[in-house]
Amino acid sequence: MPQNEYIEEHIKKYGRRLDYEERTRKREAREGHRIAKNAQKLTGFRAKMFAKKRYAEKAEMRKKIKQHEQSKVKGSGEPAPSSEALPAYLLDRQQPNSAKALSTSIKQKRLEKADKFSVPLPKVRGISEDEMFKALKSGKRENKSWKRMITKPTFVGEGFTRRPVKMERIIRPSALRQKKANVTHPELGVTVNLPILSVKKNPQSPMYTQLGVLTRGTIIEVNVSELGLVTAGGKVVWGKYAQITNEPDRDGTVNAVLLV
Amino acid sequence: MSTQIPPASKRARRQAQEAQQTSKLVDPVLANFPNVRIKLQAQENGETINNLRVPGTSTVQQLELLVNKLLNSEENVPYEFVCNGKPIHNDLFTDIFKPELQSPEDEILIEYSPRAVFRVRNITRSSGVALGHGATILSAQFAPDTATRAVTGAGDCTARIWSSDSGTPIKCLQGHADHVLCAKYSPCGRYIASASRDGTIGVWDALSGDAVGKLIRAHSAYITDICWEPLHLANPTIGCRLVSGSKDKTAKLWDVLSGHCLYTFSHTNTVSCVKWGGFNDVYTASHDKTVKVWDASSGRMKRSLDAHAHWVNHIALSTDFALRSGAYGPTLKLDIPTPKGPSTHNAVDQARFKELQKIASQKFEQALSHNKRELVATASDDFTMYLWDMKQTKPLARLTGHQQLVNHVCFSPDGRYLASSSFDRSVKLWEAQTGKFIASLRGHVAAVYQSAWSADSRLLVSCSKDTTLKVWDIATRKLKSDLPGHKDEVYAVDWSVDGTKVVSGSRDKTVRFWTY
Repeated sequence: MPQNEYIEEHIKKYGRRLDYEERTRKREAREGHRIAKNAQKLTGFRAKMFAKKRYAEKAEMRKKIKQHEQSKVKGSGEPAPSSEALPAYLLDRQQPNSAKALSTSIKQKRLEKADKFSVPLPKVRGISEDEMFKALKSGKRENKSWKRMITKPTFVGEGFTRRPVKMERIIRPSALRQKKANVTHPELGVTVNLPILSVKKNPQSPMYTQLGVLTRGTIIEVNVSELGLVTAGGKVVWGKYAQITNEPDRDGTVNAVLLV
Repeated sequence: MSTQIPPASKRARRQAQEAQQTSKLVDPVLANFPNVRIKLQAQENGETINNLRVPGTSTVQQLELLVNKLLNSEENVPYEFVCNGKPIHNDLFTDIFKPELQSPEDEILIEYSPRAVFRVRNITRSSGVALGHGATILSAQFAPDTATRAVTGAGDCTARIWSSDSGTPIKCLQGHADHVLCAKYSPCGRYIASASRDGTIGVWDALSGDAVGKLIRAHSAYITDICWEPLHLANPTIGCRLVSGSKDKTAKLWDVLSGHCLYTFSHTNTVSCVKWGGFNDVYTASHDKTVKVWDASSGRMKRSLDAHAHWVNHIALSTDFALRSGAYGPTLKLDIPTPKGPSTHNAVDQARFKELQKIASQKFEQALSHNKRELVATASDDFTMYLWDMKQTKPLARLTGHQQLVNHVCFSPDGRYLASSSFDRSVKLWEAQTGKFIASLRGHVAAVYQSAWSADSRLLVSCSKDTTLKVWDIATRKLKSDLPGHKDEVYAVDWSVDGTKVVSGSRDKTVRFWTY
């Protein structure tokens, strides 16, 4: 079990408080009261943040209600006559369309025999070691400084456990770890949030590749199984490469573009 | 170091191996295995041959010989033997006594059922890619009289007739204003009917590709399915009629030559499938959860089969193969040429038509199961199927087991099996007479859309969203061959009546022909 999941581990071993269900039910039931109280009581910056959040929620709700009303008027929605051809047995069924379009376009692209090895971001800014690592002091008198902490977001695999303190030279802070990336299809502009499988290549240095550092221009492998792509031989495709387009350390998220 | 002994020569090794094999053959258990008492029972009608003593090591070939002799059959009919639901592949000893299914001291009940004398060879390769359609292929079907021609309907508003030998187009049938959802040969092989999303039906001459009459403005919404009248029921002066089902909640019966609507059958939701049975009944399945049976001669409703809890997607009849192929068949080589031209008014032509009808009627009689029943299977979105016998009020069986909607069902040509294709990525095999589950054919990695039987009922081909076709062996219930080649979902598949070719239509805008 990874290190930071000690609460889950405890729950697994000893279970929850006996009145856990009751307490959560009550808390949920009183949620409205809490919000009402906050709406009246809060002042200053907190009130501002509260109002902003509340406003966003209400806007979302209004949008949803409007959508429902529209769908009631129009019925299930006739597809346009010039739409894509489907056999009679699929005509009335609603299907997730984006993934399909994605896979078709990928196939189309492959047919055109485009250059496989060109990537969207050929050149990236170099990152010095000083910027990448922060030296940590250690030892009883804090006089040793052989420990380094990575200052950039990283991807560490599932079930990673940190090494003993004495041995751990490079620390990858858990607050900077990323598991998912927003992957965009370049031609269709479809963006999907997909789990990262591995870091294939960091252009800065092979060591960063090994450490799983996510910087602009890094090639990552993402899990596309939920898109339902299939190879020509009828096997499910589940790993595909993507290149990171933003600077994850500045944005706090990973945005990538799919390599097709 | 001492010298190593050289390995024995090839001949010596072979002799040693042979000696070992012969010693295996005269296995003391096998040699002294006692005779056993068996009771043979015909699977279709339950007739029994009692009290036979045969060697406990009898092979399937020997049993076949025995049954042929006892039934005085003229030619050597191959049989399939089943004991307690387990098929016997080799001999009684290895299939029954060795796995200890039964003791050699009991009387053993063995069910036998005849199999087709001819054999369809396994489809292994793509013989041609037919390019030409500008959009997704939505339906594909072979001509009833030959495997050299097939018709496809596509999203580019045309239907095309192909030569399956060369994979080249013969004719392009133009006229519709929207996707051609369905294109089918009439059982006499003379016409092709195509149905479009704009609600029109076109009838074409199958040889020349000329339109027969005008385009029929049939429905106010897209047409989901069409079905021709069985050949043996048709009136020789007007030829086969047609029934069509549509999203406008009706099914209509047409006189194709004049373009008149004879009857309208109404539902309360989209009609998803229509079939014309051999006893002159029209079956219509609908999204209103019912299947209705109509009398095609009077247009009255006979029955409504209300059992499903969701849309009904497809209907299959146990006589489908016989009705679709009309007077033609895998072993039936007719010297009557396919009638040319649309006219059925001259006397010579009518006489020829009647001749074909006589053969078709015989074929239909043969295809009926033992007590003259025509079985109906209906597949639904509620993940189940029902098996109906029109002579009984209740369904024969409810076939459950699929985990997703069932899109397509079809009976094997000999009426013994039922195959169902489902979106849960499996094809399931059922006993057609009782509805008992036999096996689940797994291998596809995405939804299975359709399946088609070979004419000898030994093989099944299925097409899927995962871009492949797969051929399944029914005897072993395993994958026989995998046919990749299409670059996108395969929407339609059909096996020719003589079993030599398979046609498939895909979303990658190509038609492929497959052969052995």
